[in-house]
Amino acid sequence: MSKKTYPVDYKSLAEIGEFVAQAAKKTGFKGNELYKIETAVDEACSNIIEHAYHGGADEKIVINVKPLPDRITIQISDFGLPFDLNNANKPDVKASLDERENHGLGIYFIKEWMDLVDYKTRNGINTLTLVKFLKD
Amino acid sequence: MEIKTDYHKRCAVVKVAGRIDSATAPHLQVELTKIMDENIYNLVLHLSDVTFISSAGLRVLITTQKTVKKNRGDLALAMIPENILAALDLAGFTNLFNIFDDEVSAVGSF
Repeated sequence: MSKKTYPVDYKSLAEIGEFVAQAAKKTGFKGNELYKIETAVDEACSNIIEHAYHGGADEKIVINVKPLPDRITIQISDFGLPFDLNNANKPDVKASLDERENHGLGIYFIKEWMDLVDYKTRNGINTLTLVKFLKD
Repeated sequence: MEIKTDYHKRCAVVKVAGRIDSATAPHLQVELTKIMDENIYNLVLHLSDVTFISSAGLRVLITTQKTVKKNRGDLALAMIPENILAALDLAGFTNLFNIFDDEVSAVGSF
């Protein structure tokens, strides 16, 4: 298990992506599968930065990565307002240009591109767990 | 992220390199808006050097496409890397944009 803490700032996204990508590479992920993991983590962290905090103390994102022989587990924790991904509406990706909504794609990417997605809030800590299995 | 714009006779080509995420997407939106403010609505986005695009970047594409279409223009996408294309495909964007394998064909479409 490897852990890093980042400031709640969009500028953290590139570094977070690098940190997770390194762990995923160690697990054996590459190419588009690696890209999918980076996307899911970026979307989750962007969401936290945009919605979870409205000024105040303890504004940080904690990333835990756990590379295993057959999978990678990534835990993303924040201490702000909870945002349950399970209640998010699925965007209509077949809608015409005029009918396109300007939001909702990020969570859709997370759900589509990760194998397991779990969200829990406990003692003021929101933890999103993302798991992706290596394919043979 | 780096942005370079070249003005052609019938369109503007915007070449983007690096990450288009929540930190950088607003810069891309500013550049595209600046071009549209000059009444240029035929745009080519050259994406060969883009390493990452998140939903924040996709929002810029859709917002821009809506604006140019209202002004009888088009936002064409050229040289899309495989990973970026996978994201566009999952988002259902491949039906909403004209996609070209090279910049010359994209410019020639206008």
